[in-house]
Amino acid sequence: MADPMRIRAVAKEGVADVRVLMAHEMETGQRKDASGNIIPAWHITEVTASLNGTKVLVAHWGPAISKNPYLQFKVKGAKAGDKVTITWVDNKGDKRTDEATVT
Amino acid sequence: MNQTRRQTRRQTLQAAGGIGLYGALAAIGLLPATQAAAQEFNAAAFQAKSVADAMKALGAAAPAESKDIAIVAPDIAENGAVVPVGIKSSLPNTQFIALLIEKNPFALTGAYDILPGAEAEVNMRVKMGQSSDAYALVRADGKFYMAKKEIKVTLGGCGG
Repeated sequence: MADPMRIRAVAKEGVADVRVLMAHEMETGQRKDASGNIIPAWHITEVTASLNGTKVLVAHWGPAISKNPYLQFKVKGAKAGDKVTITWVDNKGDKRTDEATVT
Repeated sequence: MNQTRRQTRRQTLQAAGGIGLYGALAAIGLLPATQAAAQEFNAAAFQAKSVADAMKALGAAAPAESKDIAIVAPDIAENGAVVPVGIKSSLPNTQFIALLIEKNPFALTGAYDILPGAEAEVNMRVKMGQSSDAYALVRADGKFYMAKKEIKVTLGGCGG
């Protein structure tokens, strides 16, 4: 199971700035190992962000997103105490959900 | 006794309500649409090798260039494995943002559905094999717009 995400959500004047750092290898499927075999692609394909249970952003990712991906976005109408939930799914079907409170 | 029963009844009602909402969403076609869109992304757009093919796969054959889209990225990136890129759209009613990098093996890097509640601004970190043009593709009010920025990558690390 993958390591937890680090989520920070800060509300300022009704807009929450959400920053997420995920722990994932993000292997592109382009690299070769020492014996010349291609290392199969292993990357996050979809990230879903919700505020208090309502979906606000869906990201579709290819293998060109950096290792241990970082994502930052803004949500309108969020205030301190609101719940931000982030879920990612990778191309092996692995998934992880983490939650943070807006401060 | 009485209290427990009441609680059970409430829970039952809540559960039923939840199913009802899910069913209603599925009925209007909201849920299948999102799922279909996700699959479409994985299959066609992410396999496209050139920017033009990827844009076509996303349904944007010839997007108009727009000054209301800003790509926030360094002119020169020292490390191609981690290039911070942000896209901000000031177009009203922005629904979708995508980042494409011309000289990567697969042009489409990331695509974002901006649902009501989110602002039309995303920041991410991407990998770049070499110096290339980066394209931001935005759908606002059903129309596609794009912006372009060149990002130079110095993999050697001598700061070029």
